[in-house]
Amino acid sequence: MELQSIWFFLWGLLWAVFFMTDGFDFGIGTLYPFLGKTDQDKRVMINSIGPLWDGNEVWLLTAGGVTFAAFPKVYAVMFSSLYTPLMLILFALIFRGVAFEFRGKINSGGWKKLWDTFIFLGSFLPALLFGVAFANIFQGIPFDGKGLYHGNTLKLLNPYGLLGGALFVLLFLQHGANWLNIKTTGELQQRAVAVSQKIWLVLVPVAVIFLIASYFATDLYVNYFKTPALFLVILITVIALFATRFFMARQQFFKAWFASALTIVGATFFGIIGLFPRLFPSSMDADFSLTAFNASSSPLTLKIMLGVVLVFIPLVIIYQAWSYHFFRHPVTQEELDMEDAY
Amino acid sequence: MDPVFLSRLQFAAATMFHFLFVPLTLGISIIIAYIETKYAKTGDMVYLKMTKFWGRLFLINFALGVVTGITLEFQFGTNWSRYSEYVGDVFGSLLAIEASVAFFLESTFIGIWIFGWKKMSAKAHAAIMWVVAAAGNISAIWILTANGFMQNPVGYAMRNGRAELTDFFAVLFNYNSILQILHVLPSALLLSAFFIMGISAYHLLKKQHVDVFMRSFRIALPVALVCSIVVAVIGDFHGVNVAKTQPAKLAAMESHWETQAQAPIVMFALPDEKLEKNTIEIISLPGLLSFLGFHDFNAEVKGLKDIPKDERPPVLPVFIGFRAMVIIGTLLIFLSLYGWFRRNKIMESPGYMKILLFSIPLPYLAIEMGWIVTEVGRQPWIVYGVLKTADAASPIAAVQVLFSLIGFILVYGLLGAIGFYLIAQNVKKGPEAAH
Repeated sequence: MELQSIWFFLWGLLWAVFFMTDGFDFGIGTLYPFLGKTDQDKRVMINSIGPLWDGNEVWLLTAGGVTFAAFPKVYAVMFSSLYTPLMLILFALIFRGVAFEFRGKINSGGWKKLWDTFIFLGSFLPALLFGVAFANIFQGIPFDGKGLYHGNTLKLLNPYGLLGGALFVLLFLQHGANWLNIKTTGELQQRAVAVSQKIWLVLVPVAVIFLIASYFATDLYVNYFKTPALFLVILITVIALFATRFFMARQQFFKAWFASALTIVGATFFGIIGLFPRLFPSSMDADFSLTAFNASSSPLTLKIMLGVVLVFIPLVIIYQAWSYHFFRHPVTQEELDMEDAY
Repeated sequence: MDPVFLSRLQFAAATMFHFLFVPLTLGISIIIAYIETKYAKTGDMVYLKMTKFWGRLFLINFALGVVTGITLEFQFGTNWSRYSEYVGDVFGSLLAIEASVAFFLESTFIGIWIFGWKKMSAKAHAAIMWVVAAAGNISAIWILTANGFMQNPVGYAMRNGRAELTDFFAVLFNYNSILQILHVLPSALLLSAFFIMGISAYHLLKKQHVDVFMRSFRIALPVALVCSIVVAVIGDFHGVNVAKTQPAKLAAMESHWETQAQAPIVMFALPDEKLEKNTIEIISLPGLLSFLGFHDFNAEVKGLKDIPKDERPPVLPVFIGFRAMVIIGTLLIFLSLYGWFRRNKIMESPGYMKILLFSIPLPYLAIEMGWIVTEVGRQPWIVYGVLKTADAASPIAAVQVLFSLIGFILVYGLLGAIGFYLIAQNVKKGPEAAH
């Protein structure tokens, strides 16, 4: 495989891992006002991701940084075209991060309520907007051969775009609820389990509609029909989605969480494979589309970066996995009583 | 409104705000790791109280540093797309390496440090803090290397209409980047030491928590002394390097218009860019600028008049920024020296302690001014001699940038106020009984 193709799939993988890791943080932040009935519930919920969310968010920086390094032209055109939604995402992430850190620092109802709102918005908005943005990328973005954007931010909210947004929100809700099933006990856990089952019932039809709508709204399936073996990826994703429910029913929450993680990675790769070799397709003219071949960095940079990524990303995965393992037990009262707990 | 101007304003606001938090994160994490190691070795509860007290201030500061840093990476794409396309081959890889090599480590281990108390031995917990401190500083090294490329582009060739990497090691060992690293990292420690000494002075003046703050003060004082001198010495190397590589910046730093040998340093001047001279000049020290730039009183120093008008940086902010930085830097050396000689009689020096308390903002100001000299002094170039700032912005509507700029100002203003309030509250509250 050529260097550019390797980088194309690495690029997709980094986005997929970002959605898989920060995804359950987004899900929990979105469930937060609905499942968190008391201050105690709320604290358990945010402390369940307390040690992890910061490291998870770095996958976004890495996905962005790798886009910059390996496909600078994509980085330039994508982020300037999607200026407004990206700024909204960044502001939302600012508020989410600060809200986690600051909520518990002053013991006052109004203070906590303010940050509660930001935890919800800072989780729900990025989940929705990433879905809307990627669904629009699947459809193609109106930009010309010079990389000039001719679209309108509101037009991103077209039916297929919104469907993508809904799918992402539901995937993350499912993933987040599965993490809560692992990290909570008692009544809160019962509620989390009940809600995770309800989310699944909505997620399945939305996923099916999205797969069908993609056939009509995008040309993602062209690659699949060319190489039918690729349909396996969709099949695995669907199996993972059903496995999630299977393990939930057996109260095997870790396995359910792994299954929802796999579902998210699979759903991302459904799009990435369909896009190949395009990273940022133009809806104005296929010739304007930015691909792994016409938008990549020089071979030297791609080689150096490949070396860096192949050494350091596995290391990151090892120490993050260790951190997940270290904090795998349900949140305890002792942890909540620590001075710097959220 | 001009989108380039708005994007510049936005980037300036975002970086300067971000850099209010970065130096303390870099410096105090090292000092906390040292204190916690002392605790792990001795079991002395005072060290534990110190770790928790400074750790809490560190965490509030860290949170603001992290969230404001994320927007910066993306602004290269959103607002400076032509820059990104033009130099992404070199510059983008440095940012990507920063994230994968250092920032991951810092962000993952800070979570373990916050939530890992009681889940691991004191020694392991202290080791985690060392990882956080090292990762933060390594992260800064990569970012400064990236900035060094903008100041002094090396290791690239113009191919396919963009700057392509030809020599990675030239980029890594860029002399300009190395000087920046050696200047910025000690200045972060210096700022942190003054932060600790100032807050310690606040409590010592009230004669409360004397054990905690006396010890904190004694740890910070030698750090301040050594770093204040290192920062100044490396700063001098910087001056020589700027004279060689960026003559326009040196001329702007000194508001120096006429090319001449034995060039003077003017203590204060009011430059007039239209008339190409200083309307006011107070106290001129002949030969000093030649010495600063070339370590030779007779060397010829290029004046702004011999630099094409469209390649001159704005003079006044660079001139004032440089002066403010140097004056404060010198003051910090004297404050540290005085403290060192009085180190056994600190409690009998309330006047000195009051000065220290009010000196907390000084290193912040000096660092921000230093960046103004570096970045404004590089104008009109975004990459020195390669790409002009005016040609680097995204082709986007000004109104979009205007809205995001207003957003940044409101959000950062609010966060700054809340952060300051929280830090002040926790400072006043003082250390809690360790348990």
